[in-house]
Amino acid sequence: MALIEIRNLWKEYGSQVVLEQLNKTVHEGEFVTIVGASGCGKTTFLKLLLGTESPSRGQLLLDGEPMVAEPGEERGIVFQRYSVFPHMTVLDNVVLSSELKSSPFLGRLFGKARKEAEKSSIEMIEAVGLGHALRKYPHELSGGMQQRLALAQSLIKRPRILLLDEPFGALDPGIRADMHQLVLSLWREHKLTIFMITHDIKEGFYLGTRLWVFDKHRVDPQAPNAYGAQITYDLPVDRSAQKTAEKIVSPTQIKLAVGAA
Amino acid sequence: MKKLINCVPGWAARWTLGLLPFVLCLVLYLVASNARLAENQHDKLLPSFSSIAGAIDRAALTPDKRSGEYIFWQDTAASLWRLTLGVGISALSALIIGVLNGAIPYLRAPLSPFVTALSLVPPMAILPILFIVFGLGELSKVMLIVIGITPFLIRDIQQRVLEIPSEQLIKAQTLGASTWQIIVRVILPQTMPRLLASVRLSLGAAWLFLIAAEAIAATEGLGYRIFLVRRYLSMDVILPYVVWITLLAFLLDWLLRKISRLCYPWFHAQTENA
Repeated sequence: MALIEIRNLWKEYGSQVVLEQLNKTVHEGEFVTIVGASGCGKTTFLKLLLGTESPSRGQLLLDGEPMVAEPGEERGIVFQRYSVFPHMTVLDNVVLSSELKSSPFLGRLFGKARKEAEKSSIEMIEAVGLGHALRKYPHELSGGMQQRLALAQSLIKRPRILLLDEPFGALDPGIRADMHQLVLSLWREHKLTIFMITHDIKEGFYLGTRLWVFDKHRVDPQAPNAYGAQITYDLPVDRSAQKTAEKIVSPTQIKLAVGAA
Repeated sequence: MKKLINCVPGWAARWTLGLLPFVLCLVLYLVASNARLAENQHDKLLPSFSSIAGAIDRAALTPDKRSGEYIFWQDTAASLWRLTLGVGISALSALIIGVLNGAIPYLRAPLSPFVTALSLVPPMAILPILFIVFGLGELSKVMLIVIGITPFLIRDIQQRVLEIPSEQLIKAQTLGASTWQIIVRVILPQTMPRLLASVRLSLGAAWLFLIAAEAIAATEGLGYRIFLVRRYLSMDVILPYVVWITLLAFLLDWLLRKISRLCYPWFHAQTENA
């Protein structure tokens, strides 16, 4: 069965149509990368998945059930910034979710229960390569390490879908390459379903199993907001597609590149 | 020759320069005081250091003839007690109301405009009402401080809560946090250092309200003493009291800053990077 089903999904703000008529199915284990020009609705789409926005029309189904329009445990998120809690150490950041689960009133665990929760958290932290920084605060970590922490924090909840909103946009190229390897290995290991927004098309081709391009099909110059964006390309990505990625520089060139391949 | 904006004083130079204005003021006072005393040795306006020392000795080091108490320390204890009680109550209620206001839109909607309106009421204008309602005892003085600084603190805390990036609140929800858990684990701990910072800012106002209330109706306290001895032009008492109040204000501020740095290192690292 499909994990996520998007049925005739529209998002409008007043007379401004942002997304129109989206119909897609995503299966478990897919890694969907989303590219598109700025302001074409990819962030709006992520917010719909996240639950901070709700669809104007149509349906968004998770396991056949309409998704709750409120962020919840079945979704994990890593933003470009501000994804970790600055007042908690690396370990506390990751232990937090089990503390929230087992201690509804204080949101804290002590003694043996805490030790137990720490054990799996430390494993997770080591998996993202932060084992040496357990007691450090986020401000003592570099940007890349903070994103690693944010990933660990989300993954320990075993979310049904993991949403990444330009998670590596603010990182240096070298660090970004390390992060790509990390995300790919985590994705394989935990059999994750990932939606990732990126500005970098090569990154999109490199990481994803499926690449979506958001763009407007129709543009009325007199009323630029009258038509919303759709998913204009839904490309299955394999090794050969990754080669075509080498030739691509901007979203408008995808058409040419795909045509040539 | 470097540009002026690039010349930075070293450690020793900074201390010397920092102390310079204090020394200058002291010298200026001495010269003026000597000049006036030379003219009239009973002049009360700028008393000599020896008569100030005498006043300090009478107030702080010898027990009062009538009551047997050390007036200076009695005044200090009374004032500090009122001040800490007033500021403490204000800080606690501002933390609770401010955090709830900032976190929950349905509480903010009715409370925020009301608090804003309250904060615009000049506290001194309602001091008579406090005396009428709470009597002339301790309560009305503490209440003046509370009424004077709480609305400011609430507004500040509410603003700080609203400044917490929404990404953090969303993240907490994806980790399974309830509204209450978000408040106790995400919002409250991040608000504490900000509360300390705004309490430090409001201490000046708190002292103002304390001394005003003591000046009008009290039987002890630093403000009461200053206004009492004014009748006798006792500058030799007023001046050391003012210096003492300033020193206490400085120490309180310093203490709060230390506590904040010790308990919330992540906060100070963050604000200094920004």
